Amino acid sequence: MSSQAAVQRPKRGRWTAAEKEVIPWVLLFLSPWIVGLIVFTIIPMGWSLWLSFTNYDPLTQRGDFIGIENYLDMVSDKRVATSLFNTIYFTVLYVPLSTIFGLLLALILNKVGGWTAGFFRTAFYLPNLTPAVAVGTLFLMILNGQSGLLNQALGAVGISGPSWLNDPAWVKNGIVIMMLWSIGGTVIIYFAALRNVPGEMYEAARIDGAGAWKQFLNITVPMISGALFFTIVINTIASLQLFSEIYTMFYGAQQGQGSTGDAALFYVIYLFRNAFEFFEMGYASALAWVLFVVILIITLIQVRLSSRFVYYEGE
Amino acid sequence: MATETRAERALTPGLERTATATRRERFEPRKFLTNAGFIALLIFFTVLFIYPFIWLVSASLKPGAEVFSRELIPDPIQWNNYSRLFELSKMGAWTVNSVIVTFLAATTVTITSALVAFAFAYFRFPYRNVVFGIVLASMMLPGAVTMIPNFLIWNALGWVNTLTPLWAANLFASPFYIFLLRQFFLGLPRELFDAARVDGASYLRMWWSVALPLTRAALIVVFVFELKAAWTDLVKPLIFLRDINLFTLPLGLKSIIDNPSIGGERHFELLAVGGVIVTVPMILIFFLGQRYFLEGIATTGSTGR
Repeated sequence: MSSQAAVQRPKRGRWTAAEKEVIPWVLLFLSPWIVGLIVFTIIPMGWSLWLSFTNYDPLTQRGDFIGIENYLDMVSDKRVATSLFNTIYFTVLYVPLSTIFGLLLALILNKVGGWTAGFFRTAFYLPNLTPAVAVGTLFLMILNGQSGLLNQALGAVGISGPSWLNDPAWVKNGIVIMMLWSIGGTVIIYFAALRNVPGEMYEAARIDGAGAWKQFLNITVPMISGALFFTIVINTIASLQLFSEIYTMFYGAQQGQGSTGDAALFYVIYLFRNAFEFFEMGYASALAWVLFVVILIITLIQVRLSSRFVYYEGE
Repeated sequence: MATETRAERALTPGLERTATATRRERFEPRKFLTNAGFIALLIFFTVLFIYPFIWLVSASLKPGAEVFSRELIPDPIQWNNYSRLFELSKMGAWTVNSVIVTFLAATTVTITSALVAFAFAYFRFPYRNVVFGIVLASMMLPGAVTMIPNFLIWNALGWVNTLTPLWAANLFASPFYIFLLRQFFLGLPRELFDAARVDGASYLRMWWSVALPLTRAALIVVFVFELKAAWTDLVKPLIFLRDINLFTLPLGLKSIIDNPSIGGERHFELLAVGGVIVTVPMILIFFLGQRYFLEGIATTGSTGR
C-alpha cells in the first residue's frame, strides 16, 4: 500500500487532492491516539523532566527548582548503586539463560510436532498466565528456606539448599529461577520462528553430510536470528524494569521481616518507593530519566549489533 | 510485507503443519535411546512448568500446619480455607472490581486501537509514515518515565482512589495494538472498501461494517491480550487505590501477604487460596481463547503490552 502511495505522489511536499480531502477523516480516526499521546505521553514526559530538576513534594504540592541536584544526589546515593548492581546482575544472568532455555524448549517442541506439540506448548505457556502477584506468592512458598518445594527437591538428591529468601547471596539467584519459570512467551516466539525454517535446507545439509550440531549452528541459528534478537531486546528491557514479582515478595507493608537488606532492591522498586512511599517525586523523576536513557542506549547498541548478525529474509 | 503474510497464515485455521513427517523405521537401539532421552527431557520440563500449579492448588486445600507436607492430595481436604479467606478479606469485592476494570480496559482499547489502526492502513495522507513512526517510537517509552506525572494528572482530576485511572487511559488506544491491528487491516483487499464507497458508505460505516467483521480474529487477539494485561496488573492499582474496598484482586492478594495476621503469621494455605483465585480466571480465558493467544504471540512476537 505504501509503495503505491509513493508512486501517486507527484512531487515531494506536494499532496494530491485526494490526500488533502481525507485529512478531516484521518484526524477523526486518529483523534483517540492523538489525545492520548498528548495527555498521557508528551505532557507527562515534559512534566517528569521538569520534576527531575525540582524537589517536588506531592503532600505539600510544592516544588522548587534545584537544578541538577537530584542527578548529583544519585551519584552519591549508595542505594542507587546497589539497585543498579542488583538489576544488572539479574539482567546479565537472566537474558542469556532465558535465550538458551527458551531455544532448548522450542527445539524440543518442534521435534514433537503434531497435536502433542499443542499440548506441550500449552503446558510450557501456563506459567505465563499466572499474574505477577500470584507468581510472587507461589515462589514465597517454593523458595521457602526450611520447607520450600525447591529445597525439598534439592534435598531429595542430597543437596542442602540455601535460604533463598533470606540469604542476601542467594536472593537474586532465586529471583532468576522464578523468572525463568515463566519463559513460555519466549518459547512460543522461538517455536513459531523454527516452524518457518524451510525443511529443504536441512535435507540439503544432510545430503552434504552435516551433522545435527552443524545443522543447528549453520541453519537454525541464522534462520531464527531475527526472533533471537527480538527476544533478547525485549527481555533486556523487561529485566531492567522488573518490579511486580519482587515488590510482592520483598516490599510493601511487610518489608523488613526478612534479613535480606537491600539484596532484592531493584532499580524500579527504588524508583517507586521514592515516588510513592518517601514522596520524593523530584528525585524519583530523575531516577526515571536515567533509566530511560540507559534503556535507549542499550537498545540502540543492540540494534547496531543486530545489523551485523541478524539475517532477514529477502535481504 | 513478510509480517502480513505471516500474520494471515498464523490466523488461518487448519494450517498447523507438522514439523517432522512420521516415517516407518526399523528398530535402531541408538535412535531408541536418543528418543527415550528426549521424551524424558520433555516430561521433565512439562512437570517443571505444571507441577507448581498443582502444588499450589493442593496447598490451598491443606490445614495450615501441613502446607509443606509431601502428600499431594490433602487429607482431610480443607475446603473451608476458601470460605475463610473470603471472611477474613474482601475477596468478593476485589473480584467484582477486577472484573469491571478488566472488561472496560479490554473493550475500550480494542475499539479505539482498531479505529486508529484502520486510518494508518487505509487512508493515504501526508506524513503518514512519519506519524506511524511516532506510534512505534512511543512503544519504546518505559512506563516508569510517565508513571509519576500520570499519577499527578489523575490526582488533579480528582480520580485518584477510584477505579477510573485503571482503565480510562485505554479510551485513547495503545501503540502496541495499533501496530498489531494495522498489520491485519493491510491484509484486506482494497477493492472491498472501494465497493463500499461506491455504495455510498461513509468511512466510519466502512470501518465498522466492512473492516471490523473481517478482522474479528485479530480483534480477539487484542481483546485477550488486554484482558491478561489488565487482570494481572499490580502497578496501577498500587499507585491509584487507597480504599481497601476498591482494590483489584492482585492488589488484594498483595495486601493479604502484607496482612500481619495472615501473611505475617505465615498462613501459607490462605495465601495459596489467594494465588489460586487470581490465577484460575486467566487459565479459563486461556483455554477459551487459546488459539488467539498463542498465535497472537507468534504473530506479533510479543506476550502483550
